[in-house]
Amino acid sequence: MCLAVPGQVMSVAERDGTLMADVDFGGIRKDVCLQYIPDAAVGEYVVVHVGFAIQRLDEKSANETLANFERMGILEEEFGDGFALAAKQAGLDEGAQA
Amino acid sequence: MKYLDEFSNPELAKRLIDQIHETTTQPWAIMEVCGGQTHSIIRHGIDQLLPDNVEMIHGPGCPVCVTPLEIIDKALAIASRPDVIFCSFGDMLRVPGSSEDLFRIKSAGGDIRVVYSPLDALNLARENPDREVVFFGIGFETTAPANAMTVYQAKRLGIPNFSLLVSHVLVPPAVAAIMESPTCRVQAFLAAGHVCSVMGTAEYPPLCDKYGVPIVVTGFEPLDILEGIRRTVLQLEQGRAELENAYPRAVRDEGNIPAMQMLEDVFERTDRAWRGIGMIPQSGWRLSEKYRDFDAEHRFSVTDIHTEESTLCRSGEVLQGLIKPHECAAFGKECTPRNPLGATMVSSEGACAAYYLYRRLELVEA
Amino acid sequence: MPLDFNGWVCPAPLRDSPNIVMGHGGGGAMSSELVEHLFLPAYGEAAAAELGDSAVVDVTGTDRLAFSTDSFVVKPMFFPGGSIGDLAVNGTVNDLAMSGARPLVLSTAFIVQEGTSLSDLGRIAESLGAAARDAGIKLVTGDTKVVDNGSGDGVFINTSGIGLLDPDVDIRPDRASVGDVVLISGDIGVHGVAVMSCREGLEFGTTVESDTAALHGLVADIIATGADVHVLRDPTRGGVAASLNEIAKASKVGVELVEHQLPIPQTVKDACGLLGLDPLYVANEGKLICIVAADRADDVLAAMQDHPLGRDAAVIGSCVEGHPGMVVAKTGLGGTRVVDMPIGEQLPRIC
Repeated sequence: MCLAVPGQVMSVAERDGTLMADVDFGGIRKDVCLQYIPDAAVGEYVVVHVGFAIQRLDEKSANETLANFERMGILEEEFGDGFALAAKQAGLDEGAQA
Repeated sequence: MKYLDEFSNPELAKRLIDQIHETTTQPWAIMEVCGGQTHSIIRHGIDQLLPDNVEMIHGPGCPVCVTPLEIIDKALAIASRPDVIFCSFGDMLRVPGSSEDLFRIKSAGGDIRVVYSPLDALNLARENPDREVVFFGIGFETTAPANAMTVYQAKRLGIPNFSLLVSHVLVPPAVAAIMESPTCRVQAFLAAGHVCSVMGTAEYPPLCDKYGVPIVVTGFEPLDILEGIRRTVLQLEQGRAELENAYPRAVRDEGNIPAMQMLEDVFERTDRAWRGIGMIPQSGWRLSEKYRDFDAEHRFSVTDIHTEESTLCRSGEVLQGLIKPHECAAFGKECTPRNPLGATMVSSEGACAAYYLYRRLELVEA
Repeated sequence: MPLDFNGWVCPAPLRDSPNIVMGHGGGGAMSSELVEHLFLPAYGEAAAAELGDSAVVDVTGTDRLAFSTDSFVVKPMFFPGGSIGDLAVNGTVNDLAMSGARPLVLSTAFIVQEGTSLSDLGRIAESLGAAARDAGIKLVTGDTKVVDNGSGDGVFINTSGIGLLDPDVDIRPDRASVGDVVLISGDIGVHGVAVMSCREGLEFGTTVESDTAALHGLVADIIATGADVHVLRDPTRGGVAASLNEIAKASKVGVELVEHQLPIPQTVKDACGLLGLDPLYVANEGKLICIVAADRADDVLAAMQDHPLGRDAAVIGSCVEGHPGMVVAKTGLGGTRVVDMPIGEQLPRIC
């Protein structure tokens, strides 16, 4: 229900008492209301839905998630079932938790 | 787009799919709540790549689909007025009311405009002080903050010719209603990622406990959906029923606090009749007393509404996951995206439209 | 006037409505139905059988002319990379070129809204003239009408064109055959994104410029390979999806697309991601689809890539026996999805 995409804050300005940002989505620029992430700094990524930043995009978390996917399946290949089972039990492939 | 495109990587998708296959030992029925997730699953063919044992039941998370028929008819009545500029998201334009839709009103001379953001509608109100500008404020919790901010600004800046026709619906009551249904087959949920970006995750652990179901907060790109499914299947196989966040880059447990504060101020809970499902108590938001002046339902007293659903339409059963779209007799015949009988065939994320657009091939060959 | 409502594919809503809706002009299924169920029955025997982008007129028994007409109503009239003037020339030149004809002359009829600024009209005429000179075609006749203020925006242009066909050229939408290769001449979705970026309510900043271009030179190079070209089509309104669906239906073959082979620029992907659109449905104004027998496909591809307007040409799919009349895409993940005919105009979505 919620088409929201990540973009990078390029500049911030107030308009009619509302905090607005010029956000870059890989070359596409759009005005976005920043009132809900008021401390978003230039260079930070935010998640944008219908012209509003609704949450920060946690870059570190995004990269960790991708790294977890990269590692997936490799433990089993290298070490066989026993190790993989131990790894699962230790929660190693559960990825970043909230 | 950075932090988006990487999550469609086919190599990594294959690994996740393999993991799901390895983990699944028995049949499971998982409901993805959000229509955007349904769209993504069908659009990328994810359901075709899952083990046969894993069934995705498409949930009612399509706000277009579940907007009560009465509200649609009210929207159409307001949009028909010559003094009104009626603004809406593109999604709503083809939704059938009892006898018409916004497109048809437009052709009859109604001033209907598609906007990307509700703030665009507010700007139109400032640019056209002699017209009434109404914005059709539908959506789940994800969209509510945008609508809230818009009406808050209208009040603060004193823009009298702007009003909001509100029909917000909430996810947790819907999850509860689905689990309470006697015919419910759902064993786990993929929770709507962007709803949780706003609202956080606090409302879900009580649902996990009460109904004994795993709930995994899931995103929308192929890798996100596959990861959500993978974690859900793992929980089911291990007999757990917990809240997990598989979309941590965009979801924090505490949600977005300024947004939630605004929602608290602008909206209040109300009962809502979900189109095709029925009344779910306290499952919607309407404008609070403080903002009642900006409520289009009050400003334009649209009272003479007689709603009438198509008798052939089985949207409700599709929305509850009781039947698959192609099990409806009208699917693909009387009911197609061009001639939709119910909202699930109109919205691109409605299960019926998704099946029709993307799955017709298999259904034809079956 | 009796209308054959019973023959309508989609019965209820349009039967009840006495009016045209915007979707009828979208280039999708509704437009086709209007032609099939309103215009053609009304024309009766006066209507020719084929519904291609341009008509081939057998003049003397050996010489054939191609004849095409198109009207340009785009809003906004000025957009990154061009204006309605460019489209008015290139659109009709391309329609002629898609039947393999060499475009010769164009007529230009303007319908101008009272109140339109002379400088706007001047800019449009300048760009129209420049496009005609670039394309090497002559503007031989024209007309201008003015309508009341308040019935739409600015300027509408109709151009009709005549071209010459070589005797051995036989390029038609119904000639695609099982086994044929489907080629595209370059990046898709560019024009639509450029226009959308300045449309009221949707404006966004972008470097994307319209790809409007006259393609007859590229077509000449394709034909010069000597390959038996079956179908040429410029995927304008409704995008690649609409064109391939029409061809699949006319030729009674299935079309299989491979998603990861579609040349889509990152900027188009991003704009579509932001608005919830599918690049396959976004308009192109300087691209063509070429469907050719497999044995000469490599030569044709090479010839396209040699031409400035075909540098990024690519193979995007093939014609198959299965699912005749339907276009199916293999997704990036290895699943399949049907690429349906668009209904009306594609709208941005929030869900």
